[in-house]
Amino acid sequence: MTFLILAVIVLFVLAGIRVMSIAALSAELRNNRRDDIITDAENRNQGNLWVVFLIAFFGFCAWQLYAYGDKILPEAASAHGPAIDNLFYTTLALITVVFILTHIVLVFQAYKHAGKTGKRATYFAHSNKLELIWTVIPAVVLTGLIAYGLTVWNDVIYPGDKQATVIELYSKQFDWTARYAGKDNTLGRSDFRTIGEGNDLGLIEDSKSDDDIIVKGEFHLVKGEPVQFKFRSRDVIHSAYMPHFRAQMNCVPGMETMFEFTPTITTAEMREKLNNPEFNYVLLCNKICGAAHYNMQMDIIVESKADNLKWLAEQKTWAQTKAAATQTATNQESTATATLDK
Amino acid sequence: MSAMDSHNTHSEHDVQILPGVHQHEHAHDHDEEHEHHDTFITKYIFTQDHKMIAKQFLMTAIFMAVIAMLMSIVFRLQLAWPGKSFPILEPILGKWAPGGVLDPNFYLALVTIHGTIMVFFVLTGGLSGTFSNLLIPLQIGARDMASGFLNMLSFWFFAASSVIMLFSVTIESGPASGGWTIYPPLSALEQAMPGSGLGMTLWLVSMTLFIVSSLLGSLNYIVTIINLRTKGMSMTRLPLTIWAFLVTAILGVLSFPVLFAAALLLIFDRSFGTSFYLSDIYIGGQALEHNGGSPILYEHLFWFLGHPEVYIVLLPALGITSEVIATNARKPIFGYRAMIASILGIAFLSFIVWGHHMFITGMNPFLGSVFVFTTLLIAIPSAVKAFNYITTLWKGNIQFTPGMLFAIGLVSFFITGGVTGLILGDSALDINLHDTYFVVAHFHLVMGSAAIFGMFAGVYHWFPKMFGRVMNKKLGFAHFWLTFAGAYGVFFPMHFLGLAGVPRRYYSNTEFPIFNDLVDINVLVTWFAILAAVSQIIFLFNFFFSVFRGQKSSQNPWKSNTLEWTTPVEHIHGNWPGEIPEVHRWAYDYSKPDREEDFVLQTTPLTEKEIAEGAH
Repeated sequence: MTFLILAVIVLFVLAGIRVMSIAALSAELRNNRRDDIITDAENRNQGNLWVVFLIAFFGFCAWQLYAYGDKILPEAASAHGPAIDNLFYTTLALITVVFILTHIVLVFQAYKHAGKTGKRATYFAHSNKLELIWTVIPAVVLTGLIAYGLTVWNDVIYPGDKQATVIELYSKQFDWTARYAGKDNTLGRSDFRTIGEGNDLGLIEDSKSDDDIIVKGEFHLVKGEPVQFKFRSRDVIHSAYMPHFRAQMNCVPGMETMFEFTPTITTAEMREKLNNPEFNYVLLCNKICGAAHYNMQMDIIVESKADNLKWLAEQKTWAQTKAAATQTATNQESTATATLDK
Repeated sequence: MSAMDSHNTHSEHDVQILPGVHQHEHAHDHDEEHEHHDTFITKYIFTQDHKMIAKQFLMTAIFMAVIAMLMSIVFRLQLAWPGKSFPILEPILGKWAPGGVLDPNFYLALVTIHGTIMVFFVLTGGLSGTFSNLLIPLQIGARDMASGFLNMLSFWFFAASSVIMLFSVTIESGPASGGWTIYPPLSALEQAMPGSGLGMTLWLVSMTLFIVSSLLGSLNYIVTIINLRTKGMSMTRLPLTIWAFLVTAILGVLSFPVLFAAALLLIFDRSFGTSFYLSDIYIGGQALEHNGGSPILYEHLFWFLGHPEVYIVLLPALGITSEVIATNARKPIFGYRAMIASILGIAFLSFIVWGHHMFITGMNPFLGSVFVFTTLLIAIPSAVKAFNYITTLWKGNIQFTPGMLFAIGLVSFFITGGVTGLILGDSALDINLHDTYFVVAHFHLVMGSAAIFGMFAGVYHWFPKMFGRVMNKKLGFAHFWLTFAGAYGVFFPMHFLGLAGVPRRYYSNTEFPIFNDLVDINVLVTWFAILAAVSQIIFLFNFFFSVFRGQKSSQNPWKSNTLEWTTPVEHIHGNWPGEIPEVHRWAYDYSKPDREEDFVLQTTPLTEKEIAEGAH
């Protein structure tokens, strides 16, 4: 089979060479084969093709906007989300205008000034006025854009003094663990050397960690309450990406990173809006981390304060988990002793 | 030429490298007395002739580009039809595609090697290596590079690094797979992924040789341009190609050593137990001894090269475009001095923007603000360049040679890909778009497609200079339009994927129901990728056919002004049979009023009238 394919390819190439050399020969005979000279007809054709291209290209862009426009930038579900989206749409409007206008002008030149025998180009080497115009105008527009962008950046990164719930997102190849800081809203300390059986996050003996709650699979947030995420990684760099909340921060081994936001739409509300009862907010990994990088995820549930308290009450604190583990160990030990006694 | 002779020639050169003094008669007489009797090996393999070295770089780059392109088709198949069996893959990839389905680890390997080859081997080594070598001596009026020997070494280091990079793909544990940026700890720890074992070691060895090659080349380019310009070739009479190559070489000399440092520290961390980039790591069931380092340090070092690298790739393409557009619009390049200023401006700014790759790494947010400021400033010189290209076309007499089509295509990509830089360079927007397909779309258009189109423009335009023949124009037209449509079809839809939140370097998007609606974009993209890849067969056929059977070229096929077209069609040592021509004017006197022809060679003396008008 492979041989057949190869044979066909070789034959095609050989046939192509034959055709070309026949064409070349006959053209040479007719003495008009000049690859270095573009004829007037060819110039006209190419000039026209640029217009065809432009129409097709703009049509293609418009069709994509029509087909996928409603799938881009899903509705922002965090307090700072709309500010980012506004900045995005403002910038997008600006660059779309630039993109369209420059392309129209570019293609128009190609169409209008396609070469013709006997025509002569205009010798026009520079114009300080023009160059000044298109240096100053971008500079002014960019100044505005930079100021606007930095304002939004500062608002997002320094979100104010309101007390936020602390949650740690802990990453490793290839899953996430969330740790709630508990009643004292302070995470207990950790050290990677203590990681082991039953202590995936490497917590160390610390009164502050006793009320911490560790969950996997999904974690829950309260609508309208700010939450401060602290990120850690155990092995390689991961990135905690929560697209619906316009939130992302890298998780870097050896350091703690942070990101704070306030969810504004509950999961139930979003399901209703999207008319999709299956919908879930997700946390995904967005920094290449290995073979299963593409499937390192955790669901995020946004709910009311009451629901959240109920859910939290169902979860075990670190102290309870430890006690249960000790209990199991003791039980096993006494069973073993009992067996020996017999 | 015996060792003694070559020594003599060099000492003559030494004497001649005096400002304002330029006499090559002696060297020339000398050449005529001793006809060169090159063996096959000294002519085609260990050659020190810049024209042949340029062709060696070009051939290697074409070969590497074909490999990297085929790799992209393989991973595009997986992205469009995840998990589907393609029986053709198994005999080619063996255990990496059991049952014809691509393995996730090898998917990452393909993405990594595709990026590495395209960025470094095709668009850095291939683009600069080919055109700096070919054009610098020819366009400034020099007999060869300042050091032919270092130039030869530069190519052979490049060849060796290419071989090692390709060899790494074939080894048992697979090639480097941590992405072309090879961030540690992923790239530092064998336990993290199979590709971080021997594959990564080979990657680092290959890149080290590549850096050596790049530095040897760049130093040579700089010295040649500064010292070996012919009489009358002042800096402000240089074609913009040479300006672009000069600044590119300077960028390379200043930034590649930093990559070398980054790689060296990584080698130490990997093999000698140091902890420059490693801290607090528990992997493979044990806590590592490495402690106290920071992966962020690597990111700073890498992007200190990585961002100038974007312009190392792009500037030569822009230089080529300036030359091709001016020649074929039959007009002077608009705003010559502004073009030089914008090259310098872009080059300067490129050194102080690297942090925009790191807004969300945990780098101090205030530092992020500074990088937003410097990054968005790059839009100003870039806008100047784009507008100047368009104005050069205005009221031209445009000859749509295939080279010209690719040059105009570059301008289109430069605009389309460039404007989205205003989004990604804005830290607040980067939060949501970092590492998504929006980034993939942006850089593939603005530096990938644009630079490749610059390279194609250069190949079609200077093919007569390289092979004494002209490439077939009809095939050139077909190649251009199919590739142009293919590239936009591949990269434009990726903006939408990115805005929907699809991360890059995902083996498949099927694990997230939120991406289910976007599957058909990936199918569309893959079909366009196949179209673009198949179109390259037209190019390859045209290229190799024309090398042997193309129409014989005249001395100056495009009626161009620059010095390379005053050399004979047949290549000779020393480029000009007689004296090196003297230059009397800039490179862009196209369609000058009062002239019968619509071009004026740089060697044509200024008329009284022109001097009175203040021509330079």
